[in-house]
Amino acid sequence: MTAVDVELQLAVEKLLARYVHVLDDDRLEEWPDFFVEEGRYRITTAENFERELPLSIIYADSRAMLRDRVSALRHANIYETQRYRHAVSSTLVERLDAHTARATSNFQVVRIMHTGESVLFASGRYLDRIRIDGRDPQFEEKTVVLDSRSIDTLLAIPI
Amino acid sequence: MSAVPESRVWPAEGLTRVPYWVYQDEGVYAREQERIYRGPTWNFLGLEAELPEAGDFKTTFVGDMPVVVTRDEKGAINCFENRCAHRGALLCLKDRGSAKEIACVYHNWTYDLRGNLTGVAFRHGIKGQGGMPEDAQPESQAPRKLRVTVFCGLVFATLSEATPPFERYVGAEVAAKIRRVMKAPVRVLGGYSQMLPSNWKLYFENVKDTYHASLLHLFFSTFRLNRLEQKGGVIVGGDGGSHVSFTMMNTDSSGDEYEKAGMRSVSGGYRLEAPQMLESVDEYGDGVTLQILTVFPGFVLQQIMNCLAVRQVLPKGIGRTELAWTAFGYAGDDQAMTERRLKQANLVGPSGYISLEDGAATGFVQRGVQGAASNASIVEMGGRSVESNESRVTETSVRGLWQQYRMHMGL
Repeated sequence: MTAVDVELQLAVEKLLARYVHVLDDDRLEEWPDFFVEEGRYRITTAENFERELPLSIIYADSRAMLRDRVSALRHANIYETQRYRHAVSSTLVERLDAHTARATSNFQVVRIMHTGESVLFASGRYLDRIRIDGRDPQFEEKTVVLDSRSIDTLLAIPI
Repeated sequence: MSAVPESRVWPAEGLTRVPYWVYQDEGVYAREQERIYRGPTWNFLGLEAELPEAGDFKTTFVGDMPVVVTRDEKGAINCFENRCAHRGALLCLKDRGSAKEIACVYHNWTYDLRGNLTGVAFRHGIKGQGGMPEDAQPESQAPRKLRVTVFCGLVFATLSEATPPFERYVGAEVAAKIRRVMKAPVRVLGGYSQMLPSNWKLYFENVKDTYHASLLHLFFSTFRLNRLEQKGGVIVGGDGGSHVSFTMMNTDSSGDEYEKAGMRSVSGGYRLEAPQMLESVDEYGDGVTLQILTVFPGFVLQQIMNCLAVRQVLPKGIGRTELAWTAFGYAGDDQAMTERRLKQANLVGPSGYISLEDGAATGFVQRGVQGAASNASIVEMGGRSVESNESRVTETSVRGLWQQYRMHMGL
């Protein structure tokens, strides 16, 4: 690994760390800023992904759509108080060109309900395309591939 | 006959009361399996488009009972119990696939695509040793075959010979609204499941309950997409357990009934930054922007603008229900239409802007009634009878569900 590669690896891991802390700390208003203006975000299942079926559980193709998701969660949608705890690991980074990199990571999300119930809510992979020529790296595309086809109750907070 | 305790007597008020034990009792659940799912009802299995080629199969459930659905060499859809004649093991372990025959992994008994037992491994033993007696009848415990009907590309099955033909079962008006959406060959866009922490009937009531839609789901109300003052209606079909409700958009007279009532479901100043998601095309030329249709006991067909889906309601015990969603478009869709459907899919499912609350709300009832088996819910919106209605401030189709349910259950 060259020094350049190490630097890129650290930059991507730091991006992912900041990303999950924002979600876990309920700072959802900061979440869209991890994406470029035309950034794409999608949650799907491994089954859909492998069968090349395009349906998503959440699908946005702009930062504006992500902001809409946040304001709906804050002002419109009803769900019981809950938090996530993300764990991200095994991040593989590949430089595509001077401007972009690709990263694949594993994640697990524990969901903690206000009742005290704590469960492994989701596991899967992040498939990310990341712009690396700006001040802070940002997601051009983030595809969240859930291992299971089944979601318990509802999926309100992004992953 | 499954045992329902004698203390379980339906309240004297009839259809306007739903006793809470009906969501909690193991005896009731067992009787539902026997009299509803394995009785004279049409159970939804999936879209015909999921099995395009001869040999394609999928596995699913009729109530608790595992079944295999296949397309055979002649192109017909078949359904049979996913249970080997020999020791009762699951025949098919995959969710879906393609095969020429089905072989049980346990002792390699084989079946054709119609569920006929075609081979018993070592039936005549090896070199004259072992094997089955000459007069053995392994077919006597063969997996049961279900009667299948394919209506407009929707596959339903029943174990009973007494189930009426599908169109009579749902009623002509509901059948016409199925034809409306299933007007052309469809293409599957994908699927997922939602595990609901509630009894299956709480979800099925929720889908039929037009009263809650604009009160629980703020997203629609705020954008005046489903305010109850809009034009629409509810049609109850068959024996009551099937229904269709619909809404026409752009008929909002800017009424202020919600504001006057000071309801939570209207908030000021809330606007989407990217409202393009909601831009839709009138594909049916009738101005109906939202149509929700159910077929007793576990099928939902949804048209929400251009977002089309079927949902299969599968009981998983008294307090747990799997809701399996399959979204689709038409085979002739262009890329722009597919993209529109995929964007509007944000409205539905476990993260749906207008449906994520349902997953939780049915659970709130399941939890809320824990100590109240002998109490009952009140279902009197829109009167006390079961009839089609132009108002959606009604629970007529919820009462219809209980009418058909009680008929099957003898409760």
